[in-house]
Formats: sequence, C-alpha cells, structure tokens
Amino acid sequence: MRVQLFGTCMIDTFFPETGMSVMKLLRHFGVDVSYPKGQTCCGKPANSGGYARESRKAAEQFISVFEGSKDPIVTPSGSCASMVKNHYHHLFKDNTMMRDKALAVADRTYELTQFLVHELKVHEAGLSGKGKITYHASCQLTRELGVKEEPLLLLQSLNGAEFIPMPYADRCCGFGGVFMAKMPEISTALADEKLDTVLSTGADTVTGCDHGCLMNIADAVRRRGARIAVKHIATVLAEGLK
Amino acid sequence: MTSTATSIPFRANAAEALSNSPLRAAMRNATETFAKKRTEATASLPIEEWRTQASDTRLRVLENLGEYVDRFSANAVRAGAKVYRADNAESAVSIVGSILKDRAVQKVVKSKSMVTEEIHLNKYLETLGFKIVETDLGEYIIQIAGEGPSHIIVPAIHKDRKQVGRLFSEKLGCEYTEDPAALTKIAKKILRDEFLSAKAAISGANFAVADSGSLVIFTNEGNGRMCTTLPPLHIAVLSIEKMIPSLADLPKFMRLLPRSATGQMLTTYMSVITGTRKAGESTGAEELHIVLVDNGRTKIVAGEYREMLKCIRCGACLNACPVYRLVGGHAYGATYPGPMGIVLTTLLEGMEKAHPLLDATTLCGACGDVCPVKVPLPELLHKLREERVERGFTPYLERQGMVGFGFAAESPQLFSLGQTVARVFWPLAKKIPGLGALERMPIPAQITFGRSI
Ligand code: SF4
Repeated sequence: MRVQLFGTCMIDTFFPETGMSVMKLLRHFGVDVSYPKGQTCCGKPANSGGYARESRKAAEQFISVFEGSKDPIVTPSGSCASMVKNHYHHLFKDNTMMRDKALAVADRTYELTQFLVHELKVHEAGLSGKGKITYHASCQLTRELGVKEEPLLLLQSLNGAEFIPMPYADRCCGFGGVFMAKMPEISTALADEKLDTVLSTGADTVTGCDHGCLMNIADAVRRRGARIAVKHIATVLAEGLK
Repeated sequence: MTSTATSIPFRANAAEALSNSPLRAAMRNATETFAKKRTEATASLPIEEWRTQASDTRLRVLENLGEYVDRFSANAVRAGAKVYRADNAESAVSIVGSILKDRAVQKVVKSKSMVTEEIHLNKYLETLGFKIVETDLGEYIIQIAGEGPSHIIVPAIHKDRKQVGRLFSEKLGCEYTEDPAALTKIAKKILRDEFLSAKAAISGANFAVADSGSLVIFTNEGNGRMCTTLPPLHIAVLSIEKMIPSLADLPKFMRLLPRSATGQMLTTYMSVITGTRKAGESTGAEELHIVLVDNGRTKIVAGEYREMLKCIRCGACLNACPVYRLVGGHAYGATYPGPMGIVLTTLLEGMEKAHPLLDATTLCGACGDVCPVKVPLPELLHKLREERVERGFTPYLERQGMVGFGFAAESPQLFSLGQTVARVFWPLAKKIPGLGALERMPIPAQITFGRSI
C-alpha cells in the first residue's frame, strides 16, 4: 500500500522527530510512504483567523501538491485533516473546478489514527508500550472529524502500558491557533486547567493527535515545573515497535 | 480601523475576571453542574432526532417569520390582547412606558426576560419614576446588586452564596446567612408582598404560538405565573423570533429546553396564556399587552446569519464554552454572553462595537454539539471572523502577518526561507514585547522534517 504523507507545517518546523515516528510506524506496517515535495501549510491558522484569501492560497498549494495521485493522504493532525476534509470546499464555493478538486483531496485524506485503525488494523497488532498514559482529545479531531474511538483503541492495545482516561478529555486546551497569541491570558488559564486534569490521572505521559494542543500543554507543564512527558501519539506508538 | 473607542474591551475584561477567584470558583461549579446534568438528562434518548425536529420547526418559522408574526398577532387580538410592534429598542421601551403611564401604577413586578435587558427597559422605566421589582431570584439578586445578568438563564451565576449573603444583609438589612434555603426564604417573603400589592406586571415569553395567539412561559420558581395571574395588567415583551407554529409543536421544546438548560426533564412551571381573563375564569390579567420587538431581527432573518435566530435561549452553549466558563458573562460587555452572545451581539450591535468578542472563542465546537436547535454556532462564529477581516477590523500587524503567510503558503521556497529566518531570529523575537506567544512555543528544529528525510 502506498500513502502520501502531509507532515504539517508544525511538525516540519518544530517537531521533525514526530514526523520520523510517523514514517517509521507506517513503514513498519508495510506502507510505502512518500513525502510530496512542495508541501507547506494546510492553511488552518489563516482560516480560523477568518483570512479566507490567505487560507485559499494554502489550499491551492496543498491541492496542487497532492492532486496528482490516487493514494491516500495521511496526516498526523486532527485539525489539519479536518481543514482539508471539512473546510477546503467552502473556500472554493464560487469556483466549481477548484471545489471539485478540493472535494477529491478531501476524500483521500485521513487523520493518522483513522488510517492506522481502519486501514492497517494497528490496534490489533499487539504493539508494546510502557508506563501510564493519558490522552487529550483535541477539538477538531473529536468534534469535526468525529475521530473519538480510534486513538483510544490504539492506546488501549499497548501491551505493558496502562491507559488512564482523563476527565473532560475533550475539553479545549486553549490553543485555538491564533487564539493562543491573541488571548494569552485565557489560553494559558485553559492550558493550566487542562494540566490539572492531566495530572489528576497520575499518568507519566500525556498524548494526543495534534501538536498544537500538545505544545500548549507542554508549555503549561514547563511553567508549572510538572513532571510528565508530552508526546504525540505517533511517537508513543512508534516507541512500541519491536 | 482596528480598535475603536466604542468597541468592547473583551481582553481587558477577561483578564480582570481571571484574577477574580470567587468568580472563577462560582463559574466552575455552576457550569460544571449544569453541563453534567445536561449530559445525564440527554443520555439514552433519541436526542439527535429531537434536535433535528426542533431545528426544522424553528427554521420553518424563520423562513416565513412575517407571516407567523401576523398570524400570532391576529389570534392574540382575537383572544383579547393588544399587540404592538416595535422596530427598535427606543420604540419598545416607549410603548411599555406609555401603557404604564396611562394607568395609575407606581410599581411593576417583572419576571425574567432577556429581551427587556437587550432594550434596557428597567432603566428607562425607572427614569419615568416607576419602581421595578425583578421576581426571579437570580434577577432579584443582581437587581439589588446593581448588576446585569451574567448568564441568560442563571443571571447571578457569577456569585457564590457568601456574596449573596453579604449582599442581602447589606441591602435588605437582614441578618447574615449563607444558607441558600434561608436566603431564598428572605427573598420569597419580600417578593410575595410585592406580588400581592402590584397592579402591573411585565414578563417575557419563551414561545409565542402563532395558531392560538398564546404566550408560553417556563419558570422554575412560579414567579412567572404569579406575575401573569395576580396583577390586573400584564405586559409581555418578546422578540419576534419566539414564534412556533402551533401548540402541537410545543412538546418538542418542552422536552428539549429544560434538559438543555439545567438538565431538568420538565420545567417546574409552564404557563400557556391565551388572551385576557374570560368571564367565569378565576385568574389571569384583565388587560394583556403584547409588545413584539424587532430590533434588527427582520434584517438578520433575511441574511446569512438567519440560523442564529433559531436560538431558544437555553444557555447550554454558555455552559459548554471553555472561554465563558472561565471568565463569566460580564466580560462580554453586552446583554448576551457566551458563544450565542458573541454572534447575537455582533449582529444586533454591529461589528464596530462587537469585533473584539470574535476573539472570545477557540472555535472548539463544543457549543455546536450541545445546542438543542442546532444553531451552527462554530460556523457562524467563523463566518463573522471572515466578515471582520473583510471589513478591516483586525489589527494592522496581524493583517500584514497573514499576507506574509499567504505568500509563504503558496511558495515552498519562501516557506522554507521563512522557517530558516524563524529559527535564526527566534531567540531575539522572543524578547519582543507582544510576541509572548513565542515564549510558549519550542525553538524551531535545526533541520526541518522535510529536509531530514
Ligand atoms: S444557541 Fe443553542 S445552545 Fe445556545 S442558548 Fe441558543 S438554543 Fe441554547
């Protein structure tokens, strides 16, 4: 099986090791992964800020990079996947040709855990893990994409790790893209609340499917000096490969 | 045109609220309780089906709002009411004022109504010399505190029992107690005397039934019923979108509204008022005046934000909102707070005044999930953000930054140059005031993912 990886601008810029985990994971399950050249950002930051023109430019770039193939497009981010799947076609409502192209790439796009569970059955592979893991259910992943069970199935399947559900797991961590920069007081207060619920589980690792949220949570950890690891789910899973 | 003298200072308000720890504790307790009760009350029910049905009914009304309002008015008149149409707040308050001036009343008892807050009715009537007594316990509390509501169904949600205890002993001269039952009893005694001596009442309405001309009022304290049955004069003030087609539609909302609001199966009291007291009836007002307030609704209903007017004011979106839960309602500086408040305030009061509120959301989508009539709040919030950008209400630097983002997003070379520049200047940029968000982000990697494979 072949897939095209959309790495996301955040992983590309800040967290290349998460990208490597994704590659490792997919390759381990026999996937031929390509990383199409020319990919930039899905446009989500501009789109959530209300900048339709700029997010359209990003969408056009994404479409031009990925449209040449029929392979699934996999991305390790709920909010980027949702941007492509749920928002792109709205950006081109006055342009039928582009809208059709947007819908075509949307059809091929999967968030990582969706792909791991539905296409690769990774939750049945008996991966190993360690320690106590809790999980933050990010907003667009949970509510826009409806991906609720997949990450849980994966985490619960890890031999040797204990999965501890977090209270209010699907409550916003306060990242919100531009929100983080424009409303820092509220953003950090929400991240602090999130960290309270994270720590209440007694876990030694908190994971999730979106680096934006994880970054915001990691900042709350840093500010508080708390002792808990913050890792993308791809990294948690890749660590369990034999 | 970034921030004008008249725009709502949401960020400053929010920062102030965040440093108010009793407020934060009260907000957390109350919203968590309501949200939990709502979840329990909607579990194992065909709630999606109910929401769709309720949404369809509301949408049907909005598509022909003018007709429903006409039908309601004709039927209410037939049942003995007098019906008035007020295009805006000024005309609404002056209609109510002149009804009262014509009668020899000094005091008016009032049951909770958000639209009267929207048109600032109490303030207007007080300048005319009337005494207004709010009879919903929460409204009564904020009235004697000299505040506005901070939640659309729980007006005093931001206060804890200690604050209410102190307020009562200070303003009512009673002995300090923080026992909710005792405090309720104190208010009840005062309010009972007010009910019995009042010659006029003002109420809102939860629904207006077009086919019968009836008003439907939900309360939990029975104060709505006292207001609308004891005094001989009843003035109902409601916004025009409150219409439902017929009484047969009412059960859809009877089961959804209280469940969404407080997690109750049913509201404690529901009054259906059709016209004035008839011969042989023992209760009911002798005179019923219904003031239908437009105040911008006809325009909203004709535009792309129509679905906002499906709202039945349950407050579920407030309780679900991470931002509202943290800062409370007063930070929004407007009548309606929370997600529905951001949208409605922007539509009713204009972008110029309300644009800072559009930052009061993370677009997390929790509001859209709980709305009993499926108001697409996240979509409407997003659409308003786009309108804000189009109309030039975002800060200059942000706009320039986004233009830069647009160029980089469509050019991989520029994008990668941007990454390099960011990496090199990151330590420096972190020191620039106003770029505080960078402080909360890690340093860009030496080698990007794209280049490392
Ligand atoms: S928008 Fe929906 S959830 Fe919010 S108050 Fe109105 S009806 Fe309730």
